[in-house]
Amino acid sequence: MARLLLHRLGGLVTTLLLSSVVIFGSLYLAPGSPENVLFGNRTPSAAARAAVRHRLHLDQPLPVRYWDWLTGVLHGDLGTSMVTGQPVADRVGSGLGTTALLVLFASLLVVVLGLGLGLLGAVRPGRLDGAVSAVSAVSVSVPPFVAATVLISVFAVRLGWLPASGRGNGLDGLVLPAVALALLSCGFLAQVTRNAVGEQLGREHVQTALARGLPRAAVLRSHVLRNALPPIVTAIGLLVAGMFASTLVVESAFALPGIGQLTIQSVAQKDFPVVQAVALLLVAAFVICNALSDLVQALIDPRLRTAGRTA
Amino acid sequence: MNPLLDLSGVTVTVPSAEGPRRLLDGIDLSLAPGEALGLVGESGSGKSMTMRAVTRLLPRGAAVSGAVRYDGAEVLAMDAGALRRYRDHEVGLVFQDPRAHINPTRRIGAFLVEALVRNRGVGKREALARAAAVLAEVGIDDPQRRLRQYPHEVSGGMLQRVMIASVLLAEPRLILADEPTTALDVTIQREVVTILDRLRRERGMGMVFITHDLDLALAVCGRVAVMYAGRIVEVRTAAGLHERAAHPYTLGLLGSRPSIDARSARLEAVPGRPIAAYEAGAGCAFAPRCLFAMEACDRTAPPLRAFDDGLVRCSRVEEIHAARTEATA
Ligand SMILES: Nc1ncnc2c1ncn2[C@@H]1O[C@H](COP(=O)(O)OP(=O)(O)OP(=O)(O)O)[C@@H](O)[C@H]1O
Ligand SMILES: [Mg+2]
Repeated sequence: MARLLLHRLGGLVTTLLLSSVVIFGSLYLAPGSPENVLFGNRTPSAAARAAVRHRLHLDQPLPVRYWDWLTGVLHGDLGTSMVTGQPVADRVGSGLGTTALLVLFASLLVVVLGLGLGLLGAVRPGRLDGAVSAVSAVSVSVPPFVAATVLISVFAVRLGWLPASGRGNGLDGLVLPAVALALLSCGFLAQVTRNAVGEQLGREHVQTALARGLPRAAVLRSHVLRNALPPIVTAIGLLVAGMFASTLVVESAFALPGIGQLTIQSVAQKDFPVVQAVALLLVAAFVICNALSDLVQALIDPRLRTAGRTA
Repeated sequence: MNPLLDLSGVTVTVPSAEGPRRLLDGIDLSLAPGEALGLVGESGSGKSMTMRAVTRLLPRGAAVSGAVRYDGAEVLAMDAGALRRYRDHEVGLVFQDPRAHINPTRRIGAFLVEALVRNRGVGKREALARAAAVLAEVGIDDPQRRLRQYPHEVSGGMLQRVMIASVLLAEPRLILADEPTTALDVTIQREVVTILDRLRRERGMGMVFITHDLDLALAVCGRVAVMYAGRIVEVRTAAGLHERAAHPYTLGLLGSRPSIDARSARLEAVPGRPIAAYEAGAGCAFAPRCLFAMEACDRTAPPLRAFDDGLVRCSRVEEIHAARTEATA
């Protein structure tokens, strides 16, 4: 188990390093020089441009710039925003709380509702299962931006129950965005759960447990659900990671001051240091979600624990 | 003596796309306390389904009629609590494939003590001590280490012993063993059967031993019941079946055992494909494959009736018996 942990940790660091190279490289190799942002519509003199490039270290070779940036990041210095002149860390930090709260809220909805509905469908075949399947089939066909539009027009504009944009009071402003973010994932998790639990219910070892006179609830908990967890945990990992990406759309739709909105803004403004930082953050969220789901699976299924040794 | 287990007219029907399907058709069986009964028949004849009817572990939507009496109590009428107590205390199941039938994600120790701890409130430590003792009894070395291992870390033969140990731990009066050695290496099969047989005798437990292997059934059991298409076609003591089998199907099975001297000549002794209960017509289910069948056999199904110290389901059994005696005389 410790070996697997080390193995995963190593993989995590490697992935982050590689993606930082890709992000850094692709941003600076993209057409249009970064310093153009500063000049706006004006065409600068060659001397002025050279001075700016020197100040931003753009006149140095790419590997050197990457190294400077990387050592900066490792020391907690993410650079300075080209647009506002604020430290990147401040801009990112102010949005991080909102986004983390939003994704946490949405994840709770997904886990509670998706898992609950899927379980219900699996253990109550017939009409209830049919209803669960229908609901989840509809919800997986509603992408976040459609959900956002519908939710805003119904609950914010027509009914006026919740704010259409901004954080609002307390958690008010997060309710609709979280629902918009969670809807598709809820349906997906319900389907995965229903199939995984349904499959385990038919397993021979479950028959053994029932044949030994164990109470049905105990069989469901310790044998059916426990063994059905690996695919469910994988799905949750992927879905939560995906929700970080979907915050780009949802935060913009609801004008929430989070990382997603910051990403869209910085890309539009070509504020490269900020884009780099948020892109890396999204990658980190993705990688951490997947690593966590792998570890949880190894905890559940002892047959997966040797993975670190063979890989 | 009152029977420990008594099935009469047990019929199981499951729903299917083409309407209800009969899988068992009026099973009559009885087992005395401490007796070992073999249940033999080709694949699909309903041996496992019979065992599932005894424990009420039937497929979803199955309808069962008839009577399953355990020590006088009607199993089919038990409420959920009584059924759990019956499954926990009275019957123990040994399945064919221990790898599939033991939860792969939990330690062997957890599997062994689960029922004791959850159903009977035995303390974890005490339960583990008992489990270790029983593991030693089924011939497993270093039981303490085995308790901490996972199923995928031990061999199939060892896992089947673990399964047997789990049954012994519950101290039931009846063991139902469904092809307990079919999934194991040939070399291990004998060992596992020997252990099962010895411990059963020592503890005076009754056993229904399901197998394809008539020789094995004859060796382990005092009495053998032969099944065909969801029906019992012959019941007889092992010795009686060996020497005086009466039903044409049993005769065919005896002939189809691969024996060293005449292997190739005898394998085809029961030509044709076995059928399931729902595929049988109005007459004798075995008639289409029977060497002795006449027109009448296709029209009326014969009852299971007493013949020569056993029970046989065949209209022509007297004639066949007479002809055979004449031929060997
Ligand atoms: N869950 C089920 N649903 C519907 N039909 C089933 C189910 N399980 C078994 N059957 C059918 O019931 C009949 C009897 O099956 P059973 O498993 O009792 O046979 P068996 O004698 O144990 O055969 P084998 O030697 O292959 O184990 C077969 O025709 C089989 O197809
Ligand atoms: Mg079977």
